[in-house]
Amino acid sequence: MQSSRYDAWVGFFVLIGGAALLFLALKAGNLLSLNFDETYQVSARFDNIGGLKARAAVKSAGVVVGRVESISFDDKTFQAKVVLNLHKATLFPKDSSAKILTAGLLGEQYIGLEPGAEEKNLASGDVIRQTQSAVVLENLIGQFINSKASDMGSAAPASGSKP
Amino acid sequence: MMALATRIGAGLRSTLVDVGAAARLFGSLLARSPKALARFVLVREQVFYLGNRSLSIIGVSGLFVGFVLALQGYYTLQRYGSAEAVGLLVALSLVRELGPVVAALLFAGRAGTSLTAEIGLMKAGEQLTAMEMMAVDPVQRVLAPRFWGGFIAMPLLAAVFSAVGIIGGWLVAVPLIGIDAGAFWSQMQGGVDVFADVGNGVIKSLVFGVTVTFVALLQGYTCSPTPEGVSAATTRTVVLASLAVLALDFMLTALMFSI
Repeated sequence: MQSSRYDAWVGFFVLIGGAALLFLALKAGNLLSLNFDETYQVSARFDNIGGLKARAAVKSAGVVVGRVESISFDDKTFQAKVVLNLHKATLFPKDSSAKILTAGLLGEQYIGLEPGAEEKNLASGDVIRQTQSAVVLENLIGQFINSKASDMGSAAPASGSKP
Repeated sequence: MMALATRIGAGLRSTLVDVGAAARLFGSLLARSPKALARFVLVREQVFYLGNRSLSIIGVSGLFVGFVLALQGYYTLQRYGSAEAVGLLVALSLVRELGPVVAALLFAGRAGTSLTAEIGLMKAGEQLTAMEMMAVDPVQRVLAPRFWGGFIAMPLLAAVFSAVGIIGGWLVAVPLIGIDAGAFWSQMQGGVDVFADVGNGVIKSLVFGVTVTFVALLQGYTCSPTPEGVSAATTRTVVLASLAVLALDFMLTALMFSI
């Protein structure tokens, strides 16, 4: 093994570079929080998933208990099929319900799990029956305008028949 | 009309010859690498010249890029009431793009030019020919250690650039502007993915390291052995390496982050 007078400096340089990579991975990327926990898969069907994306959080009582694994379209029921990976440590009753919620006014969407009351727990491959779709702003506005229009429609003849 | 066609034809042919020569040099560089890497002391020396000596310019530039990113990002983000996201903005733009790209551009200017000038002068002084006369392969003895030195140094430099830049962003955002430190880091950690963002940044810097080092070596090795030739080759190194890095960056970004 030949050695040279630069060895110590090169060692320093490599150490600094390694420390920088470690800093990026741990402090900026937060590698430690990556979960290598074992998970089990359940699926749920939604009429409308809004802006939900794969890798979105699954929360129960505000705590992250899993991630969205995949989203696909089921052409038998014309619904969205969402596969969830839940941590093995967190078990939920079979009749739990899933909602698509939004973090903040314009935040990202996530799935909220509400535990049910049944004795048996969800196991791998089960389907969550009760689901609630995402709130789509356009539909809300449409409903609002419709109800306003029907109010106006019922109010107009009443005022017209008065004299 | 005929003259124009002739010019185009001659230009295309000489370009093809150049590309072929470059590919052959790259091939023989890789073929001789095992033997060059066996004498690792030469590679270590090159890591010192290319890496350690570039550390100061990379560190200082990274710090100032981080400062500016945090300041500019803050002015825009606070309009939307999300000034805390400045940490995420600084980290993502550094790790994904600015770290590898700016470090590669600085590396081309700081280390690439010195490689070209060194090898060009060796060629002008007929040292490379003398080596061949003594049955020492100049590709194995001179080019390969420099190539691997650049290959090792570049990703480390890019990582240093990004890390120092994030610290610079923190310095401006937290002590100077007064953003909450916890929100700064948690927003960053929530949005930066270790493999998708940091990992792809490292892959980019590896590609740029190969590109810049090879362009510099090629220009030095094929320059005309005169003072003018060496100076023209040094200029070409900076121009070609920078353009190649920027074009490759666009392609890599389109491949990596297209979803």
